[in-house]
Amino acid sequence: MPGPTPSQTVGPFFAFALPYEGGERLVPSGDRDAVRIVGAVIDGDGAPVDDALVEIWQANRHGRYRHPEDTREELPLEDGFTGFGRCPTDAEGRFEFLTVKPGAADGQAPHISVCLFARGLLRQLYTRIYFPDEAEANAADPLLSSIADDALRQSLIADPVDGVLRFDIHLQGERQTAFLDV
Amino acid sequence: MNGYRRDVDTHPEYLSPDYRSTVRRAPDKPPILLPHTLSEITGPVYGHERVGPTDHDLTRQHAGEPLGERIIVAGRVLDGDGRPVRNSLVEIWQCNAAGRYVHRADRHPAPLDPNFTGAGRCMTDGEGRYRFITIKPGAYPWGNHDNAWRPAHIHFSLFGTAFATRLVTQMYFPGDPLFEHDPIFQSVRDPEARRRMVARFDLDTTEPEWALGYQWDIVLRGRESTPFE
Repeated sequence: MPGPTPSQTVGPFFAFALPYEGGERLVPSGDRDAVRIVGAVIDGDGAPVDDALVEIWQANRHGRYRHPEDTREELPLEDGFTGFGRCPTDAEGRFEFLTVKPGAADGQAPHISVCLFARGLLRQLYTRIYFPDEAEANAADPLLSSIADDALRQSLIADPVDGVLRFDIHLQGERQTAFLDV
Repeated sequence: MNGYRRDVDTHPEYLSPDYRSTVRRAPDKPPILLPHTLSEITGPVYGHERVGPTDHDLTRQHAGEPLGERIIVAGRVLDGDGRPVRNSLVEIWQCNAAGRYVHRADRHPAPLDPNFTGAGRCMTDGEGRYRFITIKPGAYPWGNHDNAWRPAHIHFSLFGTAFATRLVTQMYFPGDPLFEHDPIFQSVRDPEARRRMVARFDLDTTEPEWALGYQWDIVLRGRESTPFE
């Protein structure tokens, strides 16, 4: 069997190649269920990471993934909703997505999968965004309930702030985000 | 359903102090084990709508031809069990022949080439094959340490079949004297795994009177043999 190809950093110079128009918009702004997720990527010195790339992957509002291995035909697919988003961070380390809260799938609370690339990350980091208005489902979620440390568990749940969902990603230190061994 | 294998011996550690940028960016708490669920074994499935007919040819994106050594880079995207990864997006980016990126933050005093951007994409075919036409990127200095130079490389971004198989890596050229001095290349500890990042010159891929050819196969994660539910 062939050995796997090792990961290498995305480096600082991907901005002319990977971002694309509308990459951060999974639904039209007129969508009645649209939620705005806003965050910043912060390094161990508390400085914004202005050369990161954030990707998200999620089920649609019915909980269905647009993928051949999600065979739950009873849950509808939605025209135009791929479930994938990509956003580079700006000079303040900020990223933003416009999407919908996914339906619950697979015995888990509604969540969005996140994959983060940056200069200085030799391999991508994975995390998840959970929703603050899903207390009951979050309490029963297998991943969340496997995390004993309160602050670490809480780092996966977005904060409602001024009509948006805030999700900062701290790479290091006291406030480090929970990253996942996927 | 089956999850994907964790190729723990292959990939670099997050903290690799010789590569200075890792020091304030590598997480210090260990990652939390996430047994794979539907969320990890699914992933974006691209249609062909994002890929234009000449997106794989980086020498034809401007009015004139770029300067440098024209090359063909081709190979297959395979899963960890040797099966082709079909109809999957491959994205690449690189600096020009002089070692300069089209990026405002690149301060290397080497010329930009008005006929070269350095970004390409293609879809793998039914056998998992991809093929790019480009020019050979130059080596360039970077501020990591005194007299630091990156070996010539092309960045690759791959999706595979699932969010768990996402891979961003770099392809290197055979025989580069900078390998032993490059902390990014050396961040992969296993010499055999490092060799898997180096393309092979291939006379059959080379086109007479036109371009040298390199072959580079990319191997993504394989499936666990036991299902998770």
